[in-house]
Amino acid sequence: METGGSPACGRAAPLPQRADVPMSNMNPVVRWFHQLGSPPYFDRFAARWAPWAFALGLATMAVGMYLGLFVVPADYQQGDSFRILYIHVPSAWMSMAMFALMAFYGAIALVWRIKLCEILAMACAPVGAAFTLITLATGSIWGKPMWGTWWDWDPRLTSQLVLLFLYFGVIGLYAAIEDRRAAARAASLLAIVGVVMLPIIRYSVVWWNSLHQGQTIRVFGESSMDASMLPPLLWMVVGTKFWAIGSVLARARADNLQREAGKDWVRRAAGVER
Amino acid sequence: MSEASTPTLASAARALVRRDLRLLWRRRGDALQPALFAILVVVLFALAMGSERELLARAAPGVLWVAVLLSGLLALDTLFRGDAEDGSLEQWRLAPVPLAWLVLVRTLMHWLTTAAPLLLAVPLLAELLYLPRPLWPVMLLALGLGTPLLSLLGAVVSALTVGMRRAGVLLALLALPLYVPVLVFGAGSVAQAAQGHDPAGGLLLLAAGLLLALVLAPVAAATAIRIASQ
Repeated sequence: METGGSPACGRAAPLPQRADVPMSNMNPVVRWFHQLGSPPYFDRFAARWAPWAFALGLATMAVGMYLGLFVVPADYQQGDSFRILYIHVPSAWMSMAMFALMAFYGAIALVWRIKLCEILAMACAPVGAAFTLITLATGSIWGKPMWGTWWDWDPRLTSQLVLLFLYFGVIGLYAAIEDRRAAARAASLLAIVGVVMLPIIRYSVVWWNSLHQGQTIRVFGESSMDASMLPPLLWMVVGTKFWAIGSVLARARADNLQREAGKDWVRRAAGVER
Repeated sequence: MSEASTPTLASAARALVRRDLRLLWRRRGDALQPALFAILVVVLFALAMGSERELLARAAPGVLWVAVLLSGLLALDTLFRGDAEDGSLEQWRLAPVPLAWLVLVRTLMHWLTTAAPLLLAVPLLAELLYLPRPLWPVMLLALGLGTPLLSLLGAVVSALTVGMRRAGVLLALLALPLYVPVLVFGAGSVAQAAQGHDPAGGLLLLAAGLLLALVLAPVAAATAIRIASQ
């Protein structure tokens, strides 16, 4: 079977051997990354930091929600219904950021076959899909007072819908293959293909929408946002990022433990007597 | 045997083309099935929407595209499955020519044998849907550019699921989001022509996509085959 190097490389070029650099001589940052690639170390790391990430996320989102609901003045055109933007926009940004992150981890997993990167890539998928669902739901809820309809084939909502199906595809493919490592690598390849196609899909939907114009007029655009409306948005963006980090770490920890289930360190961590 | 030197890309392609054509000839009835499916889809749409001429004529570009797309999706299963089952795919992986090259030749042959009969059936489909005559050339050109693109994108997805036994609906779920731009630009260019605008924009984008896919899709599919068969 393949022992590293991409299939197109031909002969196996000597890969940089981390094993011959003593840990004490490594750059601390590099060493930290290296250590995180070890399943037991990652388990301890995720167990320690996931709760903090969740807590920080909740705190910043609470501040953001408070500012967004009670402090920021109502929009002169939309009244109070614009406030759902403070959930809708950060979720939309996170849904795309998680897809990019998933493809990034997936690319590392495909090239260097690092088990933890496979796990992290697959952990990003449900989190990203959840953010996409939130974006669609809040977008739909926002649409009712704005456009009078629960759904509009707005280019942004439409491309979010296609993004959701891309996420489902990755999750479905990962679930469909027996061998976990092959499944993660196949789903990672799909994520990479998806991330390449995503701008194209987005552009095609925008083009399609301009083609069939005349249905609705965009009333609200982010670029015209008043400065007084910005702070809650920033708080929410930071909050969703922390929440996403916590979610990914928690899921990755669970997947890691599941994969390594028979090993000694897992039994010890779970407190199971031999 | 013949020369012991490694086969060239051209000779490998020739061998694969001859094999595929011969296999197709032995089951030439199967080549009609995608076309028949597309006709059935059109019939179902007409039955569901009513046979009012104006409605069908306005919906024709979209319905026709969806019918072609869906029948291509069904045909996708046969792209690698036969070779996966009898072990030829393993031999491809070991071949001295690049796997991506073999995938490209196979995909193009598959397009020729499944989509080309479909393209021949398009005039019939267009008549059934009352697609206005002036739009036929644009429709055929858009389909001619779009169907190979669909085959190439489908090859990547098909390669990802080649090991699975019941991959049918999963294959569709994976392929359809990737098909969205092709559908949008393909049906959109015909819609533009229907509105009296120049369809060149959408068609050129399709052509650009096709060129990119000709280069990139076989590489991705080859990687997928390697992943799926480990």
